[in-house]
Amino acid sequence: MRPFSYERVPDQAAVRRGVPQSATSRAAPVPTMLLAGGTTLLDLMKLDVLRPERVLDINTLAPKLSAIEADAQGLRLGALARMAAVADDAAVRREFPVVAESLMLAASGQIRNMASLGGNVLQRTRCSYFRDVSYAACNKRNPGSGCAALDGYNRLHAVLGTSEQCIASYPGDFAQALIALDAVVEIEGPQGARRIPFAELHRQPGDRPDVETTLNPGEMIAGFAIPAGPWARRSRYVKVRDRESYAFAAASAAVALDLDGDKVRQARIALGGVATVPWRATAAEAALAGQVLDEASAERAAEAAFRDAKTHGENDYKPELGRRTLVRALLEAKRMEIA
Amino acid sequence: MPEGMIGQSPVRVDGRAKVTGTAHYASDMAVPNPAWAFLVTSAIARGRVTEINEAEARQVSGVLDILTHRNMRGEVQDAGFFAGGGYTSTTMRPLEDDRVHHDGEIVAMVLAETYEQAREGAYRLHVHYAEENPAAGFDAEGAELVSAKDASKGSFEDPAVGDADAALATAAVTVEADYATPTQHHNPIELFTTTASWENGRLTILEGSQYVHGLRNGIAAQLGMDPSLVRVESPFIGGAFGSRGSLTQRTALVAVAARRLRRPVKLVATRDQGFTIATYRAETRQHVKLGADKDGKLVALVHEGVEVTSRPDPYKVAGTQTTCRMYACPNIRTKVSILHADRNTPGFMRSPPEVPYMFALESAMDELAVKLGMDPIELRRVNDTMHEPIKGLPYTSRSLMQCFDRGAEAFGWKQRNPEPRSMRDGDWLVGVGCASTIYPTHLGAATARVTLTPNGHARVQTAAHDIGTGTYTVVAQAAAEGLGLPLEKVVVEMGDSELPPAPVSGGSNVTASVCTVVMQACEQIRARLAAAAQDGPLKGRDPATLRLVDGTLRAPDGTAEPIADAMGRASNGAIEISAENIPKGLPPDSLKKLYQGRQALGAGLEGKEVAMAAFGAEFVEVRVHSRTAEVRVPRLLGAFAAGRIVNPRTARSQLMGGLIWGMGGALLEATEIDQRRARYVNDNIAEYLIAVNADVPKVDVLFVEEEDRQVNPLGIKGLGELGNVGTNAAIANAVFHATGKRVRELPIRIESLL
Repeated sequence: MRPFSYERVPDQAAVRRGVPQSATSRAAPVPTMLLAGGTTLLDLMKLDVLRPERVLDINTLAPKLSAIEADAQGLRLGALARMAAVADDAAVRREFPVVAESLMLAASGQIRNMASLGGNVLQRTRCSYFRDVSYAACNKRNPGSGCAALDGYNRLHAVLGTSEQCIASYPGDFAQALIALDAVVEIEGPQGARRIPFAELHRQPGDRPDVETTLNPGEMIAGFAIPAGPWARRSRYVKVRDRESYAFAAASAAVALDLDGDKVRQARIALGGVATVPWRATAAEAALAGQVLDEASAERAAEAAFRDAKTHGENDYKPELGRRTLVRALLEAKRMEIA
Repeated sequence: MPEGMIGQSPVRVDGRAKVTGTAHYASDMAVPNPAWAFLVTSAIARGRVTEINEAEARQVSGVLDILTHRNMRGEVQDAGFFAGGGYTSTTMRPLEDDRVHHDGEIVAMVLAETYEQAREGAYRLHVHYAEENPAAGFDAEGAELVSAKDASKGSFEDPAVGDADAALATAAVTVEADYATPTQHHNPIELFTTTASWENGRLTILEGSQYVHGLRNGIAAQLGMDPSLVRVESPFIGGAFGSRGSLTQRTALVAVAARRLRRPVKLVATRDQGFTIATYRAETRQHVKLGADKDGKLVALVHEGVEVTSRPDPYKVAGTQTTCRMYACPNIRTKVSILHADRNTPGFMRSPPEVPYMFALESAMDELAVKLGMDPIELRRVNDTMHEPIKGLPYTSRSLMQCFDRGAEAFGWKQRNPEPRSMRDGDWLVGVGCASTIYPTHLGAATARVTLTPNGHARVQTAAHDIGTGTYTVVAQAAAEGLGLPLEKVVVEMGDSELPPAPVSGGSNVTASVCTVVMQACEQIRARLAAAAQDGPLKGRDPATLRLVDGTLRAPDGTAEPIADAMGRASNGAIEISAENIPKGLPPDSLKKLYQGRQALGAGLEGKEVAMAAFGAEFVEVRVHSRTAEVRVPRLLGAFAAGRIVNPRTARSQLMGGLIWGMGGALLEATEIDQRRARYVNDNIAEYLIAVNADVPKVDVLFVEEEDRQVNPLGIKGLGELGNVGTNAAIANAVFHATGKRVRELPIRIESLL
């Protein structure tokens, strides 16, 4: 870790005025990062991967940005709501099970108590080559330096949305629920507030793996809005991982189904552990629309979801595991008893 | 058996201190005005350091000194490889030259006023390398295979008997298969830390250690000092599992740094550095052939293993020494080879030989049972033996089948449908499996000092260690029994090289070795009190019949004298006895080696007259998801016979921990290696997976009674490493039963079963 200045953001207006110039400093912008739960940022600072010169603590905004509100329109979640609080919320568990499950199956109890939702969706990849500065080659950490994972150890790396420059997988769980449910991200920043579909928040690596989101400098996530819909209650998150708790997904699937008897009116599907970004499986959704949901149609959907998968050796198993995970999630969601 | 503290289950005498945070581990111990060290480790596995640019690091506020090969060459002498009778975990000397031998080798140490400054300095130190193509291990170009026999220069022979190949050719049923086990790291929760301070030419090292006496003598040899000028303190240890058994490179560097700075220096290495600056369990590949007659009786066993090690050090575990003695078999051939690669040197890790090699043998036995259509327990029964087959030495006791029978009954083995893939619970395939477990009964020479004060308190002093196993407690129990005192009147001091030497806390020897010598000291105290008792109320009683019971010296007729009165007759003050013991069957120079801090355990399976080992049977139930193939383990059960159990509470914890670790070893734990770069990749405990509570719903430990006074006078067989030996194979066997798929490479992961 390198020396940095630490400041508490006094109020939300300071964020709107522009985070890099906010608080006490009027000097030229310095590399600045926001601190919420700290479960990613502090780790990566200690590892020398992230080197902010200024850390702005936004926990002062918690009273205004910790909402967990469910109503007829849907669910509103403040960016500083803690993972554990949302996972434990009775209305979330009843009305949006996939949201509660994705949070509950993530990390450990201690981390869920600390980690914020806004920070969670921005969690950095667990790619070992990104997290260890002794590896010279990492396009995400050091643009243009190459990618050690391509010919290195890549068992947990992505098979969807990869590029020649980066195959790091997006590690989170909650984001799959958000993207499946067409959530909207509420953003605040120097140019004021704006709202974008969650699906537009993350960028695939392409030739710029170092640019992970569409957030502009100085912007922060203020919250999430998840619209209500007939699929929300019949929703499920299946996470397949090596150990029973506190492990990243080898593959996961968030599904939400609007069924007419056995028939699919609409399926919403997102995949985790297999892609470089939160991954909406639109081809799989299309394959299911209007179909009777059974083993065969679920398998066809899973086939469609991984048609473009590209593997790199140790992660050769991922398309097959991803397909099976999706089939399992679809059939389990179909079996759910909805009150 | 006389009533006493041995065999009872008192809670740990240090438990309260540990859970309330008052137990100070080595790096918790305060030293005045320490400087802090931070290591810089190599980013390549093979090559040379071409340049070290210190300018930026030197400018970091608080940075005091930077050690590199440029200013350290020749500072640290060779103290000999521990596995060759010396002290160090590797023959690679720290910062000796510009050569890089493996990933994460120490290339510099930055010293600063604070930990944070030292770390920043380390991050700003620029090391440049000339990289050469490294060999990571198996299948790598440039790795060098040699037989263990050749590497040992005559000190190791592959055990063999009869003509295994001829017997295989005519056997009714044969099994032949290849097995593989992964690299694993101990990852004790306490990081690898060292504090060094000098005062008037005397060096004090504070470091979690499984062998303070070895560390003291080793560091003295490295620094060219008399061992009496070195003191090593290690009062509590936050997990060791073999990783703190020998002297690693860091200790001497911290000592030299403290000497240069003329102030104490503290090092707390990071978790990822722990993967490369200490030892690990090396990956193995093994080939097993079994031949049996149609009733399952073994006629041939071939067991060959290859183990990875570093370039310079011929480290091996050679578990064939155990597997060849497991079952009756007239024809056995074994061979161990080692593969030198560009890796750090492996070392002890809980049941070092047995864990990988018994996985192969016990998997093969299960495969043989399937081929014979035989219950795997019955297969073990027809091959049970009271003599080890290599030299024909008798086992002093062996309760393997009693363990299987007790375990099978408690587990409900009979309910199993032997057909693979026949049991199911919803979406989950259900399987059960079992395996034998064994751990040789090692013993070491030991010394102890026991002091009885006039008011009837005892102090036991011995340089043994409590690595979390309960040694403080069991040693206190031995003294309480030996002196007839309640446990709370006994104080045990350990983990300090100023105390009488005790052996390495390895090989599961300590309870037997140390309790034995403590009891001998207590007996000498009893004898002195008994001899002096002729002047008092016990006049006329045969001194040999007087016993120390309930705070009194008591005759068989019930006449008793309070211990304080008896003390008054025998001594003007306290009675202090120092005892030394060389266990039966160990060479006479064992004690001399102990005083020199060398590793000198003996007995076990390789004695001259008898074979000594603890045995057990392990049972597991697994569930494998029929779609996504995760393996979960709802039940683990072990039945164990290990002679006299000194403290069933702490023994149960050891065995339970072993079963859990064995499960984790079978399903989770593997250090991943970037094969091109020969570097460890998942060097943190988020990605190096260790079982969490959710992985272990139910663990049962049963003790099978066993009386064996041949192993040692107290009848104790060590059991610290017994629990995790059979679990790997039991899991693999259960996975086969659940799925019909035989997985011969650990860990068994989702992709193994898709």
